[in-house]
Amino acid sequence: MLAYSLKRLGVALLVALTVSLITFSMIYISGDPALAIAGEGARQQDVENIRRFYGFDRPIYVQYLDWLWSALHGDLGRSYNLRQPVADVIFQRLPTTMLLGACAITFALVLAIPLGVLAAVKPNSIFDRVSLTLAVIGQAMPSFWFALTLILWFGVYWRLLPITGQDSWWNFVMPSIALGYYVTPAVMRLTRAGMLEVLSSDYIRTARAKGLKPMRVLFKHALRNAIIPVVALAAVQFGFMLGGSIVIETIFQINGLGYLAWESIQRKDLPMMQAIVLVLSIIYVLITFLADMLNAFLDPRIRVA
Amino acid sequence: MGERVLTVEDLRVDIPVAAGMLHPVQGVTFHVDRGETVCIVGESGCGKSLTALAIMDLLPRSAKRTAMRLELQDQTLDGVAEARMADIRGNRMAMIFQEPMTSLNPAYTIGNQLEEAILRHKPVSRKDARKRAVHLLGRVGITAAEQRLRQYPHQLSGGLRQRVMIAMALMCGPALIVADEPTTALDVTIQAQILHLLAELQREFHMGLVLITHDLGIVARIATRVVVMYAGEVVETGPVDEIFRAPRHPYTQGLLACIPVPGKTRRGERLGVIPGMVPSLVGEMPYCHFASRCPIVIDECRAAPVPLTSEGGRGRRVRCIRAADVAAGALQAAGTAA
Repeated sequence: MLAYSLKRLGVALLVALTVSLITFSMIYISGDPALAIAGEGARQQDVENIRRFYGFDRPIYVQYLDWLWSALHGDLGRSYNLRQPVADVIFQRLPTTMLLGACAITFALVLAIPLGVLAAVKPNSIFDRVSLTLAVIGQAMPSFWFALTLILWFGVYWRLLPITGQDSWWNFVMPSIALGYYVTPAVMRLTRAGMLEVLSSDYIRTARAKGLKPMRVLFKHALRNAIIPVVALAAVQFGFMLGGSIVIETIFQINGLGYLAWESIQRKDLPMMQAIVLVLSIIYVLITFLADMLNAFLDPRIRVA
Repeated sequence: MGERVLTVEDLRVDIPVAAGMLHPVQGVTFHVDRGETVCIVGESGCGKSLTALAIMDLLPRSAKRTAMRLELQDQTLDGVAEARMADIRGNRMAMIFQEPMTSLNPAYTIGNQLEEAILRHKPVSRKDARKRAVHLLGRVGITAAEQRLRQYPHQLSGGLRQRVMIAMALMCGPALIVADEPTTALDVTIQAQILHLLAELQREFHMGLVLITHDLGIVARIATRVVVMYAGEVVETGPVDEIFRAPRHPYTQGLLACIPVPGKTRRGERLGVIPGMVPSLVGEMPYCHFASRCPIVIDECRAAPVPLTSEGGRGRRVRCIRAADVAAGALQAAGTAA
């Protein structure tokens, strides 16, 4: 188990390093950063001054190592607009986005896994077909449209839920649903497929031959094996959610990382965008690593590999 | 004779398939007494495994089971609600499967899976369940049982896993064990050990044992009585020595002719084969199922269903209208004529 954990951790660190490299090069992919900061029609002398001030004139590997070294020490540069350290702004906004992500993925899993199990227990039943239809609709619906529809019905017509802001838990209900619903179909279908396969396996027959109660067979013996691919999928989907929160946070005006990203893009705040991408990527790497660990816990055979 | 453990009378299994209704088990009748080993033999697809699953009520959902009588000791198993059946399964009767490699849950330790069996049925503590598991693992020949309990199935070989399955079946001290080809998936050297162990445990715990196999060598060594199945029907049944000494059904005789006998079968000599194939069991077949492959078939064989009739006492029964001719060597005569 320890060897496996270390191996996965090593891979995670390598991925994180690659991500840092890509994030760093973002500045240059979008063109000459000095020119971008100076703005259109700036004088050549001003551009050169900016280039020197921000250190864009140094060799690129020196810039990268310098940036990486600072990043490792929690210094992600200063925001061009907010005139504040980027790290401070990000860590002030991060909890909101993580909370939203956690609520959304919880909503998705709590809805999708039981539905997937039920669909597998009675395959091709009415229930199975209805859930398939919902899954197709869910996958086909753009999240911004779904979010607006939620606002229209729950916020405007029925006045059940607050539309914007983040003052109470109620504010998180619609954004979580809008963000989480998109993940539900994939999780549900994978749970169903996994359960169908596992339920026809020999060890389920053994469990029944022992006289175990149906619920115990289903949840102890079947679900634990069927859930393994779902864990990996949920981790990937959580990553997508962090990206998707840009749209959702903007719609619901939640002051999280996604909203910040949108603002930064509009204002060409490069260090901020760079840092947001880096932080979200690192979180994603971390979550994938945790999913690997959870899977190793669930399936002892993985621990050997 | 000991206490009657299992009574099966006119057991049928029907499965709807695209082509119509499949009848893989058609009126199977036999019984098992305490301390007896009853072997069900027959080639692949003759309904042996489905008979076992039908007894345990573990048939696939689409299959329909009917029986005139299906009793475990004094408890009828026919028409019993699933909840009541689950109380019996694994408790008073247990099953050992063909595939030890896939029959254990990969996600749980051996100990967890063994203890679960007894915790489900008996009011014992976790500690006592563990004690019983250790005891039985030792009894089925697994050394260092304490450590094994903490291992996962993938850390054990096929032979060891089958020993674990046997120990699991014994956890509640059942009156009956149904073993469906428990050695087919194992190495030849391990096969003998596992069978020897099963026979030994059956005597020690004084259980009834239903052993499903197509290996007649096994049957000769450990069976008390034999049930020969062909195309969903019992074609011959009786004490093992009589079946082997004087088979009365052409199919049984054909099966026995397939076994090479050391010292008797000459090197290079062709072993017996039964030409033809098992007939399709979809739809009704109101005549002898073996007629299409029988070397001594006559018109009467195809005229009407052939009943299973008693032949010369000792529980000997045969489903063949020419049983007396078979005993008198009609097959050998047909063989030399051909």
